[in-house]
Amino acid sequence: MQPTQGQIGALKALVFVAAVVPFGHLALSAIWFPDALGANPAEFITRSLGDWCLRFLLATLAVTPLRRATGWNWLLRLRRMLGLFAFFYAVVHFTSYVAFDHLFVVVEILKDIVKRPFITVGFSALLLLIPLAATSTNAMVRRLGAHRWRALHRLVYPIAMLGVLHFWWMVKRDVTEPAIYGVVLALLLAHRLVHAWREARSGRATGAHAVRPDGAGPEAQVPAPTQPAARAASGADSAALRSTDRSPA
Amino acid sequence: MLIKRPTDYLPSEITSETVYRRRREFVKAAAAGTILGATGGTARADDSGLRQLANVAASPLSTFEKPTADKYVTHYNNYYEFGTDKSDPVQHAGRLKTRPWTVAVEGECRKPRTFAIEELLKFPLQERVYRLRCVEAWSMVVPWIGFELGALLRQVEPTGNAKFVEFTTAYQPDAMIGVRLPVLDWPYVEGLRMDEAMHPLAILAVGLYGEVLPNQNGAPIRVVVPWKYGFKSAKSIVRIRLAGKQPSTAWEKASPREYGFYSNVNPNVDHPRWSQQRERRIPEFFARRDTVIFNGYGDQVAQLYAGMDLKKYF
Ligand code: HEM
Repeated sequence: MQPTQGQIGALKALVFVAAVVPFGHLALSAIWFPDALGANPAEFITRSLGDWCLRFLLATLAVTPLRRATGWNWLLRLRRMLGLFAFFYAVVHFTSYVAFDHLFVVVEILKDIVKRPFITVGFSALLLLIPLAATSTNAMVRRLGAHRWRALHRLVYPIAMLGVLHFWWMVKRDVTEPAIYGVVLALLLAHRLVHAWREARSGRATGAHAVRPDGAGPEAQVPAPTQPAARAASGADSAALRSTDRSPA
Repeated sequence: MLIKRPTDYLPSEITSETVYRRRREFVKAAAAGTILGATGGTARADDSGLRQLANVAASPLSTFEKPTADKYVTHYNNYYEFGTDKSDPVQHAGRLKTRPWTVAVEGECRKPRTFAIEELLKFPLQERVYRLRCVEAWSMVVPWIGFELGALLRQVEPTGNAKFVEFTTAYQPDAMIGVRLPVLDWPYVEGLRMDEAMHPLAILAVGLYGEVLPNQNGAPIRVVVPWKYGFKSAKSIVRIRLAGKQPSTAWEKASPREYGFYSNVNPNVDHPRWSQQRERRIPEFFARRDTVIFNGYGDQVAQLYAGMDLKKYF
């Protein structure tokens, strides 16, 4: 299955709109009809935004396994947007906490970040997301070079783990929900380990590929794996992305 | 013991007028089909068909703060036996069987006895409008109806060995979907020191907003201790045991570092999950109220803890 450029554009627009809907729903409800968000609308908003942040992180991480399973390489072209929505939801999630819980009082927020372990973890995840969001443009891919860009963007693995840990430590007793997210994340990460291991083994057997020193499924993180410079120069988000499955590892 | 009247109390008639106005608002909201109103979970008549509570006196111990709307008080509950989400109890507590219901009062007393709920409803009832501060940093103002816990305890004549009171919550696995997971050590157990239990502010509540307690609020009878975090006020009580030793309580067992036996509302004692400095009054957005030690009931209860290190005995 290989959609046309136009179809991909339409799909991206669709995903964009769908990704904005949860935020729009919360914002409009908060303004017009907070009762729709229950007795504690602020808590509902903070939590929903946190949920969506984690969901987008996992969706971003699901692209590579899905792409490999289906052969739909064009899925990669949605990944940057998914990742940026994870960042967007992290920022608004943080903002709702800063506003509703702390009325923007900076000292208090800093104290809270230091004192409460689940907040410390969430905040670390947010900080780590910043360089990824900042280097998400084609220009930045070019500037860093695909190899370094890829190494940097592997941060998404610890970020997602911190996200689950943050949720886990937040709940009082019933860890069912964070456990579900944890299992999904574990599967997505396990896929990468298995893939890297298989590639390494077949690489060794045939001698056809050099095994990357950095191991874990590098092409998972980069839009333009082979011949990084040429690819990046051609624009990471364009035609180059359609034929990415011949990665080195 | 001399009980000072809370400073914020208005000596006139309690909230009844506001209460009923708010009830009308609630009915309107329900008709409008909001998620708060539409679940229909506030079936207020209990299993015996009782609904309105009669002969309810006002009390000088009530606060004059505006009660939190009925729809919030009844749709935002922590009652883990019916699920851990605060919207779970209103959906699932309808299955709680509240008749027949008895409360066994036993242990270190001369006249242990089992009371039928019908007998308990004959205690002289008062409306007590209390602030409720949850350990999760939100708060409400709730117009409870009930009677003093001490009045019941005196009937069984506690002995000198009675130093603590242990409350056990109903355990109905068929009705309680939440007890399938070992989230807490069921049944839920809570406890008070004897002098806390005998304090006039500590009540057994049987009603809310003029009517019998909705199941999700702890029908048919529950403890309310307004100067402690909400989880100390055990719901749907079936047993009260007078004890020589400090009972080991559900949350303390679950996480002793986080939930102490005393659990008095105290902004100076941090909790690893929630900052206890301020609180959010339901349904406001901003946590803009400073939390007050003993939930603002210090004038009445501080003497119970004279000389105690409240950081150690948190
Ligand atoms: C990548 C970053 C983050 C992710 C993935 C994330 C995710 C989550 C999730 C899934 C929840 C639980 C939602 C629920 O109960 O359904 C949550 C709750 C929460 N998060 Fe985050 N979070 C992140 C960053 C942060 C940051 C930076 C802060 C503040 C410094 C923060 C503060 C909170 C708070 C206060 C809650 C609890 C809300 C409540 O109890 O009412 N989070 N977060």
